[in-house]
Amino acid sequence: MSDPAAISPADIVREAANLRRSLEAGFREEVVASLYTEVERITRRAVRGTVGQTLELDQRIDRIVTSRAFGLPLMLGMLAVVFWLTIVGANVPSQMLAQALFWVEDLAAGVFDAWGSPWWLTGFLWHGVFRGLAWVVSVMLPPMAIFFPLFTILEDLGYLPRVAFNLDFLFKKAGAHGKQALTMAMGFGCNAAGVIATRVIDSPRERLVAILTNNFVPCNGRFPTLIMLATVFVAAAFPPAIASLVAAGSVVAIVLLGVAFTLVVSWALSRTILKGEASAFTLELPPYRRPGVMRILYTSLIDRTLFVLWRAMWTAAPAGAVIWLLGNIVVGGESLATRISAALNPLGWAMGLDGVILLAYIIAIPANEIVVPTMLMVYMAQGMMTDLQSFDQLRTLLVDQHGWTMLTAVNLMLFSLLHNPCATTVITIYKETLSVKWATIGALMPLTIAFAVTFFTAAVARLFLGF
Amino acid sequence: MTMHSNCETCPAHTEMARLGAAVGGFDRVVALAGNPNTGKSTLFNALTGLRQHTGNWPGKTVTRAEGGFQFGGVKYKLVDLPGTYSLLSASQDEEVARNFLLFGKPDCTVVVVDASALERNLYLVLQVLEITDRVVVAVNLMDEARRRGIEVDTRSLARDLGVPVVPIVARTSENVMALLSETAGVASGETATSPLRSKGTPEFERAVSRLVPLIESSAPGLPNARWIAIRLLDGDAAVEEALASGKLGELVARQQAPDLRFSRKIALQGAQ
Repeated sequence: MSDPAAISPADIVREAANLRRSLEAGFREEVVASLYTEVERITRRAVRGTVGQTLELDQRIDRIVTSRAFGLPLMLGMLAVVFWLTIVGANVPSQMLAQALFWVEDLAAGVFDAWGSPWWLTGFLWHGVFRGLAWVVSVMLPPMAIFFPLFTILEDLGYLPRVAFNLDFLFKKAGAHGKQALTMAMGFGCNAAGVIATRVIDSPRERLVAILTNNFVPCNGRFPTLIMLATVFVAAAFPPAIASLVAAGSVVAIVLLGVAFTLVVSWALSRTILKGEASAFTLELPPYRRPGVMRILYTSLIDRTLFVLWRAMWTAAPAGAVIWLLGNIVVGGESLATRISAALNPLGWAMGLDGVILLAYIIAIPANEIVVPTMLMVYMAQGMMTDLQSFDQLRTLLVDQHGWTMLTAVNLMLFSLLHNPCATTVITIYKETLSVKWATIGALMPLTIAFAVTFFTAAVARLFLGF
Repeated sequence: MTMHSNCETCPAHTEMARLGAAVGGFDRVVALAGNPNTGKSTLFNALTGLRQHTGNWPGKTVTRAEGGFQFGGVKYKLVDLPGTYSLLSASQDEEVARNFLLFGKPDCTVVVVDASALERNLYLVLQVLEITDRVVVAVNLMDEARRRGIEVDTRSLARDLGVPVVPIVARTSENVMALLSETAGVASGETATSPLRSKGTPEFERAVSRLVPLIESSAPGLPNARWIAIRLLDGDAAVEEALASGKLGELVARQQAPDLRFSRKIALQGAQ
């Protein structure tokens, strides 16, 4: 206290305790009871009409949407439709964008050459930085521009609380908070946003569980990776007529696996380092509201798509530069990229991947968005192919020249789903928990799980399936 | 972005300007409080011209958003708070809202309520009235209520609560100008309010009035010593500790405290 003559807080607390004793027991209950009576009285005077007629439609819809029999299947169906629309719709625009941007790259590089700029400047700027940007834009923009508006429509409609309601019993069994379903849903957009969203969970234990497991749902930065792998590899093994359905199905499967990992890891945490029972909570199911078209477009395209794309471009440009340098700095007859990926190869092989993929993941630690572009650029920097015009060529590049198999594609999807969160998310975990320990666990636990799972699937595939 | 057509004919129309995120040099602070999912962020966007993310689910806003608008020549800073059912709960988003209401000293607090769920929303209104008399109640989602055949008599509400009550539709900016002029009146002190406050037993009130001056001298500038006094009489360990460690004073100084951890007990023991 600044003034020594002032009454100390301890005195006040003591005084309060004395006064409390002088009061009749249950004095507060009376006040509370009178508050309830007051509210009831005011409401009765001010409100006419009953909540009945039109609410019935909402309730009838809810009885189906949140029913035991149809709730989960409807959710899965909706998820599948959203991914199917994203995959089908994004394919052509992605390829057109890639073609256009790589045409610009060639043209600009040609102009630079004609001006007599040194080869390293042209290479660094156009085949390094610009190519990194071009990849990110063409791989990420179309899927996001379709996925985000669809997701925002569901959000504005009022579907998210129903999702939480449907999944509550699963989270409860896992010892986690039912609202974790909401924060998980936010994680589909961005894991860092999902971590911040855990503030709605009031128990610190359950909040930590939600923070540490948020990473197991793929964020939009990882969706393009998953969608590309599903389209180019998994679906390509099926006839074209059902290829897009298979692709959507495998993305749904990967998402379900992510939810399963969320639940299993939450369960394990609740029984080990974060022991405790799930607490009860009330969740309001808001009325269904018609989404506003302008608001949907603004939220999904400006707030989400452009925001994410902007961030991806900021990290992709330096990554492109780093890759170009790694590919062009030659030490002892081989480029750095080749040397590093060769060193990582044994570990990569054991995980059913390869050294280039691991190198790409290391370069992409700042942002998951750029894993695929990074990977492709490292492959291409090895001089196998300088340009890529379509997904078919992509397949050719990876399968024929770099020995990719179905195992590589599946394990890459698994690794992408489970590995450590991006740097932004780890920093957000630190900011939200103010603890280096939890931030470290938040980064290393998923990474360990990712290693373990990919080692396991690679071993099984090689032993029993002859890969 | 254009205003709703019926606002253009309103004389107040020309007085209003959205200031977006430029909130430097504002004259007054207005807080937006209310239960989750009552349309606070929608109203915030309509007033500031900002595009704070809105969504149809409770718990969407977890941090304070700040923006500005000008009305009648006065610049206001508008603070959008996370939704909260009561001022006694413990989740972090609700703590952000509660700390600002208790310690942020807004010139006026607009409590946004859902016209279709008035009864549930009124508990928070009464709790806010306990700590400040500078309150305007905005009965939002009037269109939804009308569709459901619910009528809200805002005059009767205003009479009972002792503060201005304005029916609005934030989504279409319907009647938002009327809300602003009431807010301006309360914020400037021109509109006198006489908020409804539940009185305890005479002994209880005596005990509270004994504690209030002690608390005020211990933590000068505390805007609502009465609230603290009631918490202390309830034997709230978290508040006792906050008082002892000087954190209450800190809260007033910083108007917000991400580091104050009122324990869960506050929600469990607290009278709801």
